[in-house]
Amino acid sequence: MDGNGRMIEIAGVSKRFVLHNQGSAEIPVLAGAGFSVARGECVALTGASGAGKSTLMRMIYGNYRTDEGRIAIGGIDMAGAEPRQVIRLRREVLGHVSQFLRVVPRVPTIEVVAEPLRILGMAEAPARDRAAALLGRLNVPERLWTLSPTTFSGGEQQRVNIARGFVHPYPALLLDEPTASLDPANRAVVLDLIREAKARGCAIVGIFHDAGARAEICDREIDMTAFSPERAQ
Amino acid sequence: MTPILSVRTLSKSYGPRLGCRGVSFDLWPGEVMGIVGESGSGKSTLLGCLAGHLAADAGQVIFDTRSHGPRDVLAMAEPERRALSRSEWAFVHQHARDGLRMGVSAGGNVGERLMAAGARNYGAIRGAAQDWLARVEIDPGRIDDRPSAFSGGMQQRLQIARNLVTGPRLVFMDEPTGGLDVSVQARLLDLLRGLVRDMGLSAVIVTHDLAVVRLLADRLMVMKSGEVVEQGLTDQVLDDPQHGYTQLLVSSVLAA
Repeated sequence: MDGNGRMIEIAGVSKRFVLHNQGSAEIPVLAGAGFSVARGECVALTGASGAGKSTLMRMIYGNYRTDEGRIAIGGIDMAGAEPRQVIRLRREVLGHVSQFLRVVPRVPTIEVVAEPLRILGMAEAPARDRAAALLGRLNVPERLWTLSPTTFSGGEQQRVNIARGFVHPYPALLLDEPTASLDPANRAVVLDLIREAKARGCAIVGIFHDAGARAEICDREIDMTAFSPERAQ
Repeated sequence: MTPILSVRTLSKSYGPRLGCRGVSFDLWPGEVMGIVGESGSGKSTLLGCLAGHLAADAGQVIFDTRSHGPRDVLAMAEPERRALSRSEWAFVHQHARDGLRMGVSAGGNVGERLMAAGARNYGAIRGAAQDWLARVEIDPGRIDDRPSAFSGGMQQRLQIARNLVTGPRLVFMDEPTGGLDVSVQARLLDLLRGLVRDMGLSAVIVTHDLAVVRLLADRLMVMKSGEVVEQGLTDQVLDDPQHGYTQLLVSSVLAA
């Protein structure tokens, strides 16, 4: 983080995909993207489907390589970071709630949620207590906690993902449609979790198609259309 | 911090045929690195050279030993290397029978490695064997059964117990989930993840299963025709492959 309290800094970021097996077709996706997110601030990425919202989220998390520019999280540039730096950053600093649950099939839900804490070295009992508290708050029935979430409904899987993303107080969070398939009661719980994260200084970047949620919790919107390569040319 | 393993321009040929060429990487403590590539890409040759099962033609394999710091394993005398492979290293074979003694009881298989590392007290050895059988989810009541009476998944878990009982720091695995039923694979993956995390192991895992590396490996190296074509953070290599071959490999996986 720099002296101005900016937790996430994005500057001059461009991205294109080269498909080597399809005649080396080049697909430019982003050009000149830049903004920053301060501690305690929540920023929504907006723009039509295909505007590059998910691409930029994946670049921030490091799933996609940054061809050009700088994406600094807590002062570490994801664009040039070694794998072990990225891994450490993801463990300690940068959380991610994706739309998809990716887990080893037979691991019980409570362990899936507690895992980020266990990786950080927390003992099993307190890690499970924290996981249980979040699952309870998100209304995931206790009888499901010992089962693998792979067979759960979409909404239940999403709440497991959210619990996993909020179990450690990450200083920075990426949220991909965190309220998409939730009923009003659970949606309210998630919005509360986001507010609490902001209150403790967490910097958040998210994609929210839920305009009501966006209005309630986001401080700013970044229109990704401004970073489309066509526009830059 | 010192890498636990530093590999520099490692090469190996079988006569005129290339095994692997110019492979370099650093493995850091606690890191799990996956090596993927199709059959014949050189990934098993590389693993064999790293673990000292095959003689490399050129290069260096520098391991940060517990007692003497970084040492080039390839320059070590054979007895020293064997001592290393019995204590600080472990090797999990694809076929459990290659890593187990099939005529010896389950407890004997685990105890044998402890004895090779210097343990002599029978009660303590049997106690450790029992503890490890439980840790790999084998009923300790089967301690006196031979591995031939075990299922494939149990044999593989026994092999892991035999390997990890001496508290190694670096584990080589060759297709550890290959040839197992999908449900058994998941159980083994979960077990390996827990052991790697709790023991702080570093590991090099050769597999052709991209789903396995995504769940187990922090880093990924892609090999083709004996050379490394791409390496990096596992999900970056899988989600945003840069090399044409990796793009082909990733796009060739059938979604379940």
